[in-house]
Amino acid sequence: MPKTLCILVWIAVALLGALALATVALHRGEQINAMWLVVAAACSYALGYRFYSKFIAAKLLTLDALRATPAERLENGRDFVPTNKWVVFGHHFAAIAGPGPLVGPVLAAQFGYLPGTLWILAGAVFGGCVQDFVILLFSVRRDGKSLTEMARDEIGRLGGLVAYVAVISIIVILLAVCALVVVNALKASPWGTFTIAMTIPIALLMGVYLRTMRPGKVLETSALGFALVMLAIWGGQWISQTESVARWFTFSGPALAILIIIYGFAASALPVWLLLAPRDYLSTFVKLGTITLLALGIVALRPTLHMPPLTRFIDGSGPVFAGNVFPFAFITIACGAISGFHALISSGTTPKLIRRETEARMVGYGAMLAESMVAIMAMIAACVLQPGIYFAINSPAGIVGQAPEAAAATISNWGFPITAAEMYTLAQSVGEQTLYNRTGGAPAFAVGMAHIFSNSLGGQALMAIWYHFAIMFEALFILTVLDAGTRVGRFMVQDALGHIWKPMGRTSWYPSILATSALIVAGWGYFLWQGVKDPLGGINSLWPLFGIANQLLATVALCVATTIVIKMGKVRYTTVTLGPLLWLVAVTYTASWHKVFDPNPRIGFLSHAMQVAAGPAANVRLIFNDRLDAVVTGALIVMVTLILIESAVEWVRVLSGKKQARVKESPFVATRFAEEQG
Amino acid sequence: MKSFRLLAEELKSCGQVFVATLREIFDESAYARFLSERQLASSRAAYASFRREYEVTKARRPRCC
Repeated sequence: MPKTLCILVWIAVALLGALALATVALHRGEQINAMWLVVAAACSYALGYRFYSKFIAAKLLTLDALRATPAERLENGRDFVPTNKWVVFGHHFAAIAGPGPLVGPVLAAQFGYLPGTLWILAGAVFGGCVQDFVILLFSVRRDGKSLTEMARDEIGRLGGLVAYVAVISIIVILLAVCALVVVNALKASPWGTFTIAMTIPIALLMGVYLRTMRPGKVLETSALGFALVMLAIWGGQWISQTESVARWFTFSGPALAILIIIYGFAASALPVWLLLAPRDYLSTFVKLGTITLLALGIVALRPTLHMPPLTRFIDGSGPVFAGNVFPFAFITIACGAISGFHALISSGTTPKLIRRETEARMVGYGAMLAESMVAIMAMIAACVLQPGIYFAINSPAGIVGQAPEAAAATISNWGFPITAAEMYTLAQSVGEQTLYNRTGGAPAFAVGMAHIFSNSLGGQALMAIWYHFAIMFEALFILTVLDAGTRVGRFMVQDALGHIWKPMGRTSWYPSILATSALIVAGWGYFLWQGVKDPLGGINSLWPLFGIANQLLATVALCVATTIVIKMGKVRYTTVTLGPLLWLVAVTYTASWHKVFDPNPRIGFLSHAMQVAAGPAANVRLIFNDRLDAVVTGALIVMVTLILIESAVEWVRVLSGKKQARVKESPFVATRFAEEQG
Repeated sequence: MKSFRLLAEELKSCGQVFVATLREIFDESAYARFLSERQLASSRAAYASFRREYEVTKARRPRCC
């Protein structure tokens, strides 16, 4: 393309993006079309990728097209395999896309669509994508080392230890929150519970089919499993309509929590091929298909956003979770803008597949942009709902009351009119008894998604099917995160205990498998139990805890990145990683302070404990849980403070010349792919 | 006609990359590499052996939130 034309095209993209952003940000008092969000996002991402990532690649990282990657140098056909960049992109995206970008924006929609949308766009372009890109490249230059290994090598032993403990902590909290989202989506829902229950025998069947009948034919097996799941969704309506059978699949929150804890333990202890691997394949199959379908649905339907750009709850009094828009919108969105967990993937499998250094830009920066687009779609799915419906679904009974009429009256008084009759009709249309108090974000997302799908395909007649398809999609891949996460946590604990007593480190020794699985499951199981018993719905305390943990892990990753940047002698470009790092420090420290010490009992753990203690029926368990949450938040902050201090000391020593700036990269080897384009 | 052929080739190439991506995500490529490395034909025993070798690596991979 001629240079002048190219410049004109990019000016047009910038102008269109500015127009879309202005429409999103400045419209007041009238509803806007969701396509403005899509256009604003697409233009921001295009500009971010074309200019900012290119700047980082050229100036900060100086990607070297002639340097061989570990995939080439250490090629072994298993872990290290030079792979086509589009294939690595798809692989990386499939690994980073989880429930976070779906649930976080739905919860943050209580502030209106504006704060969340702006943070998703800015956070991804300047924070999340940068983190994923630089960590990926630094891992590529260190033979695919993990984040904890890089923290130990570049910052110090303490950094490595803190990163390790932070990873374990975030896994435990993440799994508890994930499980809670599933419990809240499935409680008193025989249709949803039946569908999800059926995915277990379907996965077992897939495991056996794959191993004995069609070895290695994973795509075929996954397609077969998907057909069976669709059959289960279809059959679920019969289950929910047949009272005698529905009873068997109708569970309370605590009962579902116990079942999920048992499932988590079994999935961690059973052979991978039997349950975990086929479920993972099935979940990935559904996940990629549904995200594509949702994107097509939004573009085809171009729905109107009914949620206002800002709601009254930016003052911190929100029913979904309490806390001001700063910092709580930022820790709630989490993965859709920046996710510390991605640093584990970017320093895990992906660096071992990158064929050329220059491809790290598309994979690291590009895949996070795609994930951010998923978060925008989730925001749209939540905001196409009438705000009254959104708040009725997402508000806990402790805030709006148990009775439908009382809940509808409370929500209407907030300025979001809704009637009990409307909610009843909606619940009937999606095949549920009630949609009140279904906190956690998943049901609201499912109703929004069903609304979009049913308006694009099949009309109102298929609303119930689409709703349960969406619930199945979310629950299936949340449970996949749960079983895979439990197993990853188990391995980490086994590795650590193996240093104390060797047999515990043997991953195939059954007593060790059982003991460490029980330890991890007990960890997240305890927080899950705490969540289901919480009168405020659990999400109010656990999701911010998860957000804080996740963002703190990103802080650790950006500390590692900034240290390496300084050691590379690129001090003038440090703001690329230091900027998002300082922002995350401000957000996480403020949020942690509020969660521990805020005098509002709906926000601060300690003030809530004091309120419960002063009440007529002091619940010892509730008080203990609040204090435990405060201690966990405090411990996370202390750990990250330690790594920040250790990093800062390292920066000062290097910058003052007291320590020689020396990065621990693998030596340069020329690539054999140098002749290739790209 | 020439541009139509070019478009068809481009589409074919996109389709191939798409299938290759799915095969990588779903471990079919890893299995194919395993078979070719050991010069084996696909069978129950070969797949069981692949899974045994691959299981620990696979199970250690975190799933993102």
